[in-house]
Amino acid sequence: MPTFVRTEKCDGCKGQDKTACMYICPHDLMKLDKDGSDTGHAMKAYNQEPEQCWECYSCVKICPQNAIECRHYADVVPLGGSVQPLRGTDSIMWTIKFRNGTLKRFKFPIRTTPEGSIDPYKGKPDADMSKIEEPGFFCQENGFRAGDRSELICL
Amino acid sequence: MSDGTFGNPQVIEEEVDILFIGGGMACCGAAFEIMRWTEGTGLKIKLVDKAAMDRSGAVAQGLSAINTYIGTEQDPADYARMVSNDLMGITRDDLAYDLGRHVDESVHLFEEWGLPIWKLDENGERHDGSKGLPALKDGGKPVRSGKWQIMINGESYKWIVAEAAKKALGIDNIQERVFIVKLVNDKNEPNRVAGAVGFSVRENKIYVYKFKACLLAAGGCVNIFRPRSVGEGTGRAWYPVWNSGSTYSMAAEAGAELTMMENRFVPTRFKDGYGPVGAWFLLFKSQATNAIGETYMTRNKEMLDDYPPYGKAAVPASCLRNHLMLKEMKEGRGPIYMDTVTALANLRETLSPREVKHLEAEAWEDFLDMCVGQCGIWVGENIEPEKKNSELMPTEPYLLGSHSGCCGIWVSGPTDVGAPTAETESGAPAHLPSGWNWGYRSMTTVKGLFTAGDGVGASGHKFSSGSHAEGRLCAKSMTKFCLDNKDWKPELDTSVDELVAAIYQPVKTFLEFKDYSTAIDVNPNYITPKMLQFRLQKIMDEYVAGVATYYTTNEHMLAVAEDKLEMLKEDAAKMRAKDLHELLRAWENYHRILTAEAHMKHIQFRQESRYPGFYYRADKNFVDEENWKCFVNSVYDKNTKKWTCFRRAHKDLVDKSKLFAPAKH
Ligand SMILES: Cc1cc2nc3c(=O)[nH]c(=O)nc-3n(C[C@H](O)[C@H](O)[C@H](O)COP(=O)(O)OP(=O)(O)OC[C@H]3O[C@@H](n4cnc5c(N)ncnc54)[C@H](O)[C@@H]3O)c2cc1C
Ligand code: SF4
Ligand code: SF4
Repeated sequence: MPTFVRTEKCDGCKGQDKTACMYICPHDLMKLDKDGSDTGHAMKAYNQEPEQCWECYSCVKICPQNAIECRHYADVVPLGGSVQPLRGTDSIMWTIKFRNGTLKRFKFPIRTTPEGSIDPYKGKPDADMSKIEEPGFFCQENGFRAGDRSELICL
Repeated sequence: MSDGTFGNPQVIEEEVDILFIGGGMACCGAAFEIMRWTEGTGLKIKLVDKAAMDRSGAVAQGLSAINTYIGTEQDPADYARMVSNDLMGITRDDLAYDLGRHVDESVHLFEEWGLPIWKLDENGERHDGSKGLPALKDGGKPVRSGKWQIMINGESYKWIVAEAAKKALGIDNIQERVFIVKLVNDKNEPNRVAGAVGFSVRENKIYVYKFKACLLAAGGCVNIFRPRSVGEGTGRAWYPVWNSGSTYSMAAEAGAELTMMENRFVPTRFKDGYGPVGAWFLLFKSQATNAIGETYMTRNKEMLDDYPPYGKAAVPASCLRNHLMLKEMKEGRGPIYMDTVTALANLRETLSPREVKHLEAEAWEDFLDMCVGQCGIWVGENIEPEKKNSELMPTEPYLLGSHSGCCGIWVSGPTDVGAPTAETESGAPAHLPSGWNWGYRSMTTVKGLFTAGDGVGASGHKFSSGSHAEGRLCAKSMTKFCLDNKDWKPELDTSVDELVAAIYQPVKTFLEFKDYSTAIDVNPNYITPKMLQFRLQKIMDEYVAGVATYYTTNEHMLAVAEDKLEMLKEDAAKMRAKDLHELLRAWENYHRILTAEAHMKHIQFRQESRYPGFYYRADKNFVDEENWKCFVNSVYDKNTKKWTCFRRAHKDLVDKSKLFAPAKH
């Protein structure tokens, strides 16, 4: 199911140096066709290697114009269905359309803290250098399982 | 400095103390942990990722479960036992045990950072992670989908973990879109790493890094076997298509000892979309059946008796479950189905009305959070799981060390769990350490080179949380290593000019020969990375136990593969790159070839079929506990381009007999 870009929706991320879809694709697939020489559509993005697409939806979710969708891969899937997300800051909405027209909608939480709010070391202790060779991390989140030493049969 | 051009890239040299290669779960964990340990030490740290950390690696799409959470009710020893049995007895208990005691720390952080984790309320009803029930660290009860797994709303899992890592490191210390091609050994100490070199896939730039220590955690290896889909669906691999064996190949070329490279994972997944089955089996209590509705795990259960003790555990090893399924397929009782219809109907009878309402959503969420492509299949084929069953299929093989596989690099383990300190098998090259710990936790046999996650072999079942925790273990010991080597200065054993020339060779080849023929892709002077990949996949599929032969090979087929791979490796020197994107594909495929070769050599060396259901050596179609319950390890010589395989002794550090019911007779 490679991604495709809707011609009338993509604005090339307004001519910025880095488009959102190029920035995010883990497999370097999305490409901005600056002069239209690849696709005939200048300043619009396209998937340059659809048969390498993992359908991870990273580009679909990040596109500010909702211009990217997936067409399930033609060598496997009958035409007509679609699975389209709308990712907000704390939840994601999915609209799912079957080939036979059945529609489903789902909404799931995606995070419980505001985006960008993580303060990694807030309230965390400094590292204790005298313990650098002992088990355990610099901070204890009540998750270290010391274990029953009698289970270790070669001690 | 002048800007580079495609034919003449700009070279950027940088010296740091510690380089992280990869921005996945392991490196994100390392990034978080290291900044505290190195505070005030003046050590300089840099992370390079071929992609954007927010969505790079295996968790790019999200996940619907954290597969390793020990909890208070289980012991790290129980975890080490499970890992061992699933991987047919040959794992390092020291590594698994150590991971087991640390992993929950990372899970608790994920929750603090904002990852929604499902909970059970006081009535035992389940709620999604947005409900605000007590956190795990404060005694909140997770929803277990299995003994070790907990359910999450994980669409933004990687985004959240990367945010913490990026904040910890600072944006200035992160370089995205740089693909590392090779490690460089030290000029004065050949068995030590001193640098790494890669290129930008966005600008005509080559990066040459020098360092004291390096964490190589660039994931597992995908697409070395011909995938079941060969058209547009080629990219819909089960494991992430962009992890191309960089970890194993670069470590091997640097001289690191690999372990268990014969191991592979052949997951049984929903057919074509590769949707995960874990929640269906464990949470929805679904059964897998043959075409006429028989549960093959019951029908064929006596086949488990052929593989004592691994078939006798309450949960038989994953490969054996495939083994029982393959019998049905080979004998013509396919397709295999996941009986979703019965499972969901049964659940409706036992759950509260509110839970039933969420049931359907949960089934879809399981895919939407980590495998949207499976939903694509469902909508295209009009499959509603409560009305129509879905086909299952074992996939093409994958190489990895963090999921349900254990290939990877041999690393130094913890010193306080009773691991051997000497080697009882002969045959290991003399320069390699003996025993399971040689100083710095998670260091490979090459000085200064560390690994985590998919990189660490002979363990497995770490998954996302364990990979993060393992990265953190590296961070600590790398700090110690750098402090102990404070005055040491890296010197590259190869000149920068040579490194640059090697990396841009595919570009040079293209520019030199492109006008020789009128068709850009067909030219006797070069091979496109894509064709090189097809050739690799064909060789592996047909001779090294891919899907074409129902995962079967023998010594003769392997000998053919050996010849063909050798020529392929030679031809890799003739790869072309018509742009930076293709240069990326060229080097990814080079990494794939070396990884594939290691896999083939190890299967050839091990005179048995250790993983029935994952691969069969038809000429040695048995598990030989007496002679082959040992690690198979190897080293690669980058000058002669030859592999040396050898054995290392296996030892149990926890009592495995606790897994098995007393014998029936
Ligand atoms: C489909 C699927 C389902 C899974 N399900 C679960 C689950 O339910 N629960 C669970 O806990 N775990 C699950 N996992 C496993 C989990 O995702 C992995 O165990 C974990 O991500 C491994 O971490 P890592 O850091 O080793 O590799 P990754 O997270 O894959 O990171 C590798 C990194 O290396 C980078 N890289 C690769 N090559 C290079 C190079 N040459 N130069 C520079 N950078 C490079 C990549 O861009 C990436 O940043 C699943 C994985 C997959 C794919
Ligand atoms: S992110 Fe969307 S709008 Fe921006 S270039 Fe890509 S497709 Fe076009
Ligand atoms: S779906 Fe994923 S792999 Fe495919 S183009 Fe988008 S970001 Fe890239």
